[in-house]
Amino acid sequence: MKLVLDEEQRQLREAVRAFLRAASPLPKVRDGYDPQVYARLNGELGLSGLIVAEEYGGAGAGLAELAVALEETGATLLPGPFLATAFAAIALAATPDKELLGGIAEGRVTATLAFRAGASGGQGVLDLDGAAARGTLERVLSGMEADVLVAPARLPDGGTALVAVDLAGPGVARTPLESLDLTRGQARVALDGAPARVLGPAPEVGDRLCVALAAEQLGVMRAALEAIVAYAKIRVAFGRYIGSYQGVKHKLADMWCKLEQAESIVRYAAWAADESPDELPEAAALAQAYVGRACFEVARDHLLLHGGVGYTWEHDAHLYYKRAKADEVLLGPPRVHRARLADLLEL
Amino acid sequence: MNLADYRRAARAWLQANVPADGHPETDPIATAKEFMAKLHDAGYSGITWPRQWGGQGLTQAEERAFAAESRGHALPTYVFSIGLGMTGPTLVDRGTDAQRERFLRPLLRGEEIWCQLFSEPGAGSDVASLQTRAERDGDHWIVNGQKVWTSVAHHADWGLLLARTNVDVPKHKGLTMFVVDMHHPGVTVRPLKDMSGRANFNEIFFDDVPIPDEHRVGEVDDGWSVAVTTLLHERLSISAGVGMGGQKDDPTSLEALRTSVDTGDPLVRDELVELHIRDRALALFNQRLAQETEAGIFPGARGSAAKLLLAELTMYRADLATRLAGPESVLGDHPLARAISMAPGMSLGGGTNEIMRNIVGDRVLNLPPEPRVDKNVPFKDLKVGTQG
Repeated sequence: MKLVLDEEQRQLREAVRAFLRAASPLPKVRDGYDPQVYARLNGELGLSGLIVAEEYGGAGAGLAELAVALEETGATLLPGPFLATAFAAIALAATPDKELLGGIAEGRVTATLAFRAGASGGQGVLDLDGAAARGTLERVLSGMEADVLVAPARLPDGGTALVAVDLAGPGVARTPLESLDLTRGQARVALDGAPARVLGPAPEVGDRLCVALAAEQLGVMRAALEAIVAYAKIRVAFGRYIGSYQGVKHKLADMWCKLEQAESIVRYAAWAADESPDELPEAAALAQAYVGRACFEVARDHLLLHGGVGYTWEHDAHLYYKRAKADEVLLGPPRVHRARLADLLEL
Repeated sequence: MNLADYRRAARAWLQANVPADGHPETDPIATAKEFMAKLHDAGYSGITWPRQWGGQGLTQAEERAFAAESRGHALPTYVFSIGLGMTGPTLVDRGTDAQRERFLRPLLRGEEIWCQLFSEPGAGSDVASLQTRAERDGDHWIVNGQKVWTSVAHHADWGLLLARTNVDVPKHKGLTMFVVDMHHPGVTVRPLKDMSGRANFNEIFFDDVPIPDEHRVGEVDDGWSVAVTTLLHERLSISAGVGMGGQKDDPTSLEALRTSVDTGDPLVRDELVELHIRDRALALFNQRLAQETEAGIFPGARGSAAKLLLAELTMYRADLATRLAGPESVLGDHPLARAISMAPGMSLGGGTNEIMRNIVGDRVLNLPPEPRVDKNVPFKDLKVGTQG
């Protein structure tokens, strides 16, 4: 089991962190998706191809490395389809498609993935008839920004296949949804005979999505904690820095304990995804059950400890708070991860 | 030997040498001493201590690996835990060569038992406000005062004693550390029953007890810096489980509860899931700290976070287990009655949860310190302890 980053992974983290600090600073995230930032992110750092196999032009790295990158994009609340494309790349790693993977690796193509989110089936179901897809997906992550939709679709014979649909193509109607998370949107995607390409069998990648999302959540909580720790060192009340009050200090210490445990779980789950598939289901459910909650709690307390200014539109605290909440429920109501754990533990 | 091989060897040794059914209760101290000698012969006592003083000269990684392997065994080493985890490492760091030569090997071989004499009735979290005096008398020091919460003192041969040697300077600057002979006339050890009904700790009275100056650890009036070393070792050893072994058949574990409570009830299932989540979160954090240590990153004050989390988890587990088990859990000799009685101890011994949070806030997050009214006041002018 490997829970500590190696030298190469630390270098990756530093590179992504330095890039995002300059290219996507917090004041800019309210402007939304900036394709130019992505072009550089993928061109200079090759991030979109990180987990794409080398034979398709990617770096062939594992979820451990993707987690490092997602932690940083999460920390800066990078807008746009980065996570969505990573989700799609995870599915495509299991059901490879040369054209799509090549496009993602080169940074030419952004994508999104339809996934089940809890027992309700979540987003909706597509049907494939010949080369045409029909059906409506209610909540597609970064659905307005992504170029390609990767989704499971029902076949006339009752089977299921993974298909790819050009979202700018004919037969596609996209409606942006008003989303709590101001830094990353979702869309309703209605397909009415949209041309679809069958890629192969629909893979089961829910566990990997759980791990990838947990890595982003780790970044969100780290940045939220850093922001409030920094503020507690400069904000004065009753003649003292607020960070000197135990009422504040102890809460920050507890938040830090959550962060430390969350990081440990994310490293473990990413390692399991890469190296120990038998442990992955439990590690993935654990990652969402612990990190999802911890992320929201830390983001919530970071907002509250800012006092009134944290409740204002102008301040960035609510951006973290809202991303944390949106992430917590992205892959289904959190109880699904807990129920999964119960099943895996044979309780 | 790489760490995986080391772990395997340790596992095999523990399997072969720790009886599965626990040790006989007839003379637990004799049993413990015998086991320590065996442990030392096998190379598992003083794993990180220098070889010249009887240790193994290995790293914290091996120490934590051995502690992790020990968790499945009820090691009879409890009476040595203070010496192995706290006073011994303090002498390794700060003792004179003569002190190391005299004390360390007998400790590692289980020939002598140690206790730690810091806390007093008026000085717990604020231990630097302690009032026990050591006054110079030629080449000796004469000690008077009272200590409390002293684990295993009733078995101890030696104690690491923090005493006040100067009342004219601020409190942290007038303390000195000593090694005191617990068998010397004038040392009175009175067992103190804790809330679980056991008497594993004591109050100690010192009446004109002489200590030779060669048993002073560190410089005169520099005892606080020595104490900080001890306390750091204390938190690390608690969180790493050094010299502690484990508990067989812990009645608060998920494994124990799943057989004794109704897991068909969805509310119970969710409580057990929560227990599993918290167990795994802390276990993985501890494993990560161990891997960092192996990579040369010393946990430092983060060990205080591990200790805080262990204290909270211990309390939570016993609390949850009794709630799930219901009325019989608080009657008779039910193991959970014992568990819930012992649970608060972990939150108090080795520094309270509040002190741990202060340490995390001050030294990990570098938050501004609390304003202090006692820092620059000579000790003799300071209010200490409980005053009306």
